[in-house]
Amino acid sequence: MNAAQARIPGPTEMLRIQCPHCGCRDETEFRYRGDASISRPLADAGEAAFVHYVYHRNNPKGWHVEWWLHVSGCRAVLRVVRHTVTHEIHSVTLPQEPVDIPWEAR
Amino acid sequence: MREPTTNVKIQLKRTPNVRSDGTDSGDYGLLRLLREGIFGHGGWRPAWHKAQPRAHYRVLVIGGGGQGLATAHALATLHGITDVAVLEKGPIGLGNVGRNTTIIRSNYFHPDNVRFYEHSLQLWEQLERTLNFNVMVSQRGTLNLFHTEAQRDLFTRRANGMRLQDVDAVPLDRKEVKSLVPLVDLDHGRFPVLGGFLQPRGGTVRHDAVAWGYARAASRAGVDIVEHCEVRRIVTAGGRVTGVETTQGFIGADIVCLAVAGHSSTLASTVGLQLPIESHVLQAFVTEAIKPVLDVVLTYGAGHFYISQSDKGGLVFGGHIDGYNTYGQRGTLPMAEEVAAAGLTLLPGLGRVRVLRQWGGVMDMSMDGSPLISRTPIEGLYLNGGWCYGGFKAIPAGGVATAHLIATGEPHAIARHMDLDRFADGRLIDERGAGPYPWAH
Ligand SMILES: Cc1cc2nc3c(=O)[nH]c(=O)nc-3n(C[C@H](O)[C@H](O)[C@H](O)COP(=O)(O)OP(=O)(O)OC[C@H]3O[C@@H](n4cnc5c(N)ncnc54)[C@H](O)[C@@H]3O)c2cc1C
Ligand SMILES: [Zn+2]
Repeated sequence: MNAAQARIPGPTEMLRIQCPHCGCRDETEFRYRGDASISRPLADAGEAAFVHYVYHRNNPKGWHVEWWLHVSGCRAVLRVVRHTVTHEIHSVTLPQEPVDIPWEAR
Repeated sequence: MREPTTNVKIQLKRTPNVRSDGTDSGDYGLLRLLREGIFGHGGWRPAWHKAQPRAHYRVLVIGGGGQGLATAHALATLHGITDVAVLEKGPIGLGNVGRNTTIIRSNYFHPDNVRFYEHSLQLWEQLERTLNFNVMVSQRGTLNLFHTEAQRDLFTRRANGMRLQDVDAVPLDRKEVKSLVPLVDLDHGRFPVLGGFLQPRGGTVRHDAVAWGYARAASRAGVDIVEHCEVRRIVTAGGRVTGVETTQGFIGADIVCLAVAGHSSTLASTVGLQLPIESHVLQAFVTEAIKPVLDVVLTYGAGHFYISQSDKGGLVFGGHIDGYNTYGQRGTLPMAEEVAAAGLTLLPGLGRVRVLRQWGGVMDMSMDGSPLISRTPIEGLYLNGGWCYGGFKAIPAGGVATAHLIATGEPHAIARHMDLDRFADGRLIDERGAGPYPWAH
């Protein structure tokens, strides 16, 4: 088993998220907060831009950048890069840090 | 196409139960059963024709689930459009249509939704005649329990809204709940049952039979059902659909309709479209078969849990989606534990019943929790999707409404509100009041 395979959870295994503050914790300590690749448009960007921001999603089958709130831990919002088929987690970073995406998704 | 083996020739002589296209005559009567029993069941033939795709169709429906098959069936039988193929990446019936907990009902809150789902329920009531196939529609009633006074007010309002549209909704007090479902623990310390609302016409349907029945009826009406044909890419020219690229090559079409449930976004992205949809997994569970203990569909109001007993005796139950974007057709243990906890709170007597199987299906969760039957910004490309976890009960009406939109260019009266533009226009149909968070619906 290589390092990448080792991070892929088994079929019934829950996610384990490596919180930068608290260490590796069960998914049940977190609350999912959705797609982290979208950003709020400027106030004068117009209606279409806001409709897009609020309602439209890439919903990729593959690597997904997403927010998880460590609600039963440090309460920090974390940016997680996770694969939506294998559930492998590539990186967990703080919002102010640069996002770390696997090379094949760049 | 079936290869004419010698075996088949012998069969042809012995029994007239094969049609010219190699499919079964569809005589499933007692005499036939007896004869097949005596001759070793060698005479059964496929219920629908396994078609090879032609080079071009007027309408291509992508996805051979309930919605896609019902759409093709309605195109052929209600609008006379038979130049239609359904392209399914696997075998018919292995998507969500064969994975759901089979509940049908029309007890919704928003008037538009009540109208649509009630129309669907009425179509279910006639479906066996429409398809000439036994889909085992069982109107055993759906009973929703409430556990707080605020919840009673909300349910009362919902029931009154339904009654204004002539839909059945019956309030039950604690005693009536207990007599209908003796297994229920009315007096749980934290979530006592205060009462319930029954929709007597709600119930369950044999899900696989729905897929098979629609596939057979559509095939007989002239539709090509093409299995093991995965669509890789939608092809356009000058902003118009011209066909699709598949694992069996290019297939041309004037109109393409997406009915791929959890895979709506991936196909839409091949023409640069972003949809108001996220894909999430919903799990379901079935126990070993036990004697009849539950003859309604029961839902718990203090958590997300619903349960019914299948005709084989297994208890079929489920809860909420796992709650994060996924295309993994499996669920994980935290949600399984939550569902089990809710179930045992409500029905403690089931504590020793063993779970036989667990599975998941990829849901097309929309941004307001309601479905989409809509044109798209690309001419000739239509969308049937966003079904969340309610698209099984919607199969008959979804098919009729999608076919109507394709055939006439106008939305069907029951599905006018289901367009993609509703998000920009602020006409959301948010049953749960959860906001644009698909995992919360
Ligand atoms: C566990 C669970 C419980 C549920 N319980 C209920 C319930 O009690 N009541 C209710 O009303 N609803 C329920 N639902 C929801 C309901 O099952 C779905 O909303 C509905 O089945 C979706 O429509 P469909 O039947 O067309 O989907 P599907 O059967 O999933 O059809 C989509 C088809 O598209 C195919 N496809 C995907 N991509 C491609 C491609 N690129 N090329 C070709 N084909 C493709 C798939 O293989 C699939 O067969 C439940 C769902 C699940 C998973
Ligand atoms: Zn933490």
